[in-house]
Amino acid sequence: MRALVLVAAVLAMAGCMEVEQTATPSKLGKYQGKPDTMPWNNSPLAAGPQWKQGDRTSWEEQIKKRQLAQHEDRRINQ
Amino acid sequence: MARMKFLCDAERCIECNGCVTACKQEHEVPWGVNRRRVVTINDGVIGAEKSISVACMHCSDAPCMAVCPVDCFYRTDDGVVLHDKDLCIGCGYCFYACPFGAPQFPQAGAFGLRGKMDKCTFCAGGPEPDKSEAEFKKYGRNRLAEGKLPACAEMCSTKALLGGDGDVIADIYRERVTRRGKGSEVWGWGTAYGPGQKGATPPAPAGAPASPAVQKGKS
Repeated sequence: MRALVLVAAVLAMAGCMEVEQTATPSKLGKYQGKPDTMPWNNSPLAAGPQWKQGDRTSWEEQIKKRQLAQHEDRRINQ
Repeated sequence: MARMKFLCDAERCIECNGCVTACKQEHEVPWGVNRRRVVTINDGVIGAEKSISVACMHCSDAPCMAVCPVDCFYRTDDGVVLHDKDLCIGCGYCFYACPFGAPQFPQAGAFGLRGKMDKCTFCAGGPEPDKSEAEFKKYGRNRLAEGKLPACAEMCSTKALLGGDGDVIADIYRERVTRRGKGSEVWGWGTAYGPGQKGATPPAPAGAPASPAVQKGKS
């Protein structure tokens, strides 16, 4: 009986899963094409925004700064 | 994890078409293909004219992705919807499915031949090696790989068009609306959850302090 409840719970939770559509090399989902590379794996341009190559967090931090620069009040007071 | 989105502030857009020009120039988009365009309603009517800049909205549950018969669409880790042009057969299903008219088809020749689909890439290129010539020719420049945001949003003179992580740009827009005390009736909380009438005062989100617009409405 307990096993039956466990199986039912697992099946019920499986219904809440999000369909994977991300083209990462490890999880391709339904996508049939070539896998894409990640932007943070590129080396930054010499005269552009800087981040540590391969480090997603540092890339996200610098792109967030750029996003916040779209807010003129914050840009003026920076 | 970021979910890259565009947001256009109809109160600020002045229909300059600078975003359209920036996109065409940045990606060397061919004649007849417009990845981005400015839509104006009530053109010429004083006080009622509104413009917004429209391109691919990089939907979280993209209809183009759902209907594609060859499954050439994919979503990156940043939530950008891209496609593989080597797989695309140019059938046009995505064009019919898209509520924004984002997919574009090159018109070559007198009989309007339908080529492979082309659309806004959020300046994220495609499934070719980043910053390669092949990527530029097929999909345009990959600005995300250079640590930059889409050219259209970054050069918008009035900052009507915002691009970036949905949470961040929604915060910027919310702060703007709170400061100026109007604009939330166009879309946003009031339209989605409020009474749904034009000009109605939107209810404040649960737990948030009432905006100046709400306070003004109460007085």
